[in-house]
Amino acid sequence: MINKTVANVQHACRGVEDGMTFMLGGFGLCGIPENAIAELVRLDVKEVTCISNNAGVDNFGLGLLLQKRQIKKMISSYVGENAEFERQMLSGELEVELIPQGTLAQRCLAAQSGVPAFYTPAGYGTEVGEGKESRDFNGKMHLLEHAFKAQFSFVKAWKGDTAGNLIFKGTARNFNPNMCGAAKITVAEVEHLVPAGELDPNQIHIPGIFVQRIFQGEHYQKRIEQRTVRQRV
Amino acid sequence: MLDKNQIAQRIAQEVKEGYYVNLGIGIPTLVANFVRDDIQVEFQSENGILGMGPFPFKGEEDADLINAGKQTITALKGASYFDSATSFSMIRGQHVDLTILGAMEVSQNGDIANWKIPGKMVKGMGGAMDLVASAENIIVAMMHTNRAGQSKLLKQCSLPLTGVNCVKKIVSNLAVLEIIDGKFKLLERAPGVSVSEIQKATLGDLIIEGDIPQMKF
Repeated sequence: MINKTVANVQHACRGVEDGMTFMLGGFGLCGIPENAIAELVRLDVKEVTCISNNAGVDNFGLGLLLQKRQIKKMISSYVGENAEFERQMLSGELEVELIPQGTLAQRCLAAQSGVPAFYTPAGYGTEVGEGKESRDFNGKMHLLEHAFKAQFSFVKAWKGDTAGNLIFKGTARNFNPNMCGAAKITVAEVEHLVPAGELDPNQIHIPGIFVQRIFQGEHYQKRIEQRTVRQRV
Repeated sequence: MLDKNQIAQRIAQEVKEGYYVNLGIGIPTLVANFVRDDIQVEFQSENGILGMGPFPFKGEEDADLINAGKQTITALKGASYFDSATSFSMIRGQHVDLTILGAMEVSQNGDIANWKIPGKMVKGMGGAMDLVASAENIIVAMMHTNRAGQSKLLKQCSLPLTGVNCVKKIVSNLAVLEIIDGKFKLLERAPGVSVSEIQKATLGDLIIEGDIPQMKF
């Protein structure tokens, strides 16, 4: 067993510098690496590029980095829940690249799996396709899209072991598995860290080879963006 | 004229036995409430669930279980969770039978715009571009006109496109229309709405053949 455990979030984020590109898992506020985001705020790294499906809300998630103007560029598919984001984008302070959600996921997967580029029909004929190489396959046009390049991936899992194996819960899985091993260093924070051997190998979603550092996360808020309920009849 | 729930109710008639269905945000989400309970259907949400169920009872919300609109949901028996790349393998790989989504504009050749108003509103396309580029069966749920009373069914879209030549059917508050040979073909009218009202509200070319039946519920 190769031990991937680090003592805490400070150790997990060693090597993080201004100007780097980070991948961050999560869909909305579901499954975001809360501990790593808090540490990036504390470290006050500047001019960073963030690859993440969403940009958090005004006072949580990546919204915390936006508030402190730490982000130079966001690469996302949907940013509708964040007023500060919209303000920075429309004023030109923040560079934004909006890309289709499936393309975002596949560009993570391509980086994880050593595929430099791939073709997808998403965005052909729209401004997403402007300036991109396109090609006809079976009578349908496709765009050439490239694997992401990032220095750090920050992901959050439900359970993990000291070997870096990960298990996700519910829809908190989302982009987290696709970002593992997609950057030079993958940092996984987990709600439950257990000794290697305690997880059933049949149930592991991401093998530890894709994870360089794992730590026990703390004080999860797990905020709900849209609390929708039904009445009991 | 239909309200949002009635649009959803009419679209629910298009959901057939054995379909896997992706519902967009807004009116499409309401469609699930009206699907007949004697047919087998599974709802996919692109953030990573197949077999999505209704909202949870109060006190049973789970922060780790949401739909693509970030609303708390439940999972039905036989549901599965998966990562985003797998989710879009289902979509891009055409394993999803029916896609229902909203639109700001649709053109008569089936182009759709629903993600951006330059200088005003930029929320992003989310999964919509992947969905419209790959889905074989796309139904658009929309209001026929905008708040200023201008048609949203156009010869050409004026807003940035989400996809080209992809919309097959539209259910609006006024009518059901099909896109055929680069034109809107009127199939049904909403209860109490006349053909001439639909003509007035449609800027794109409209094909009207014979008597247009009223929608049935």
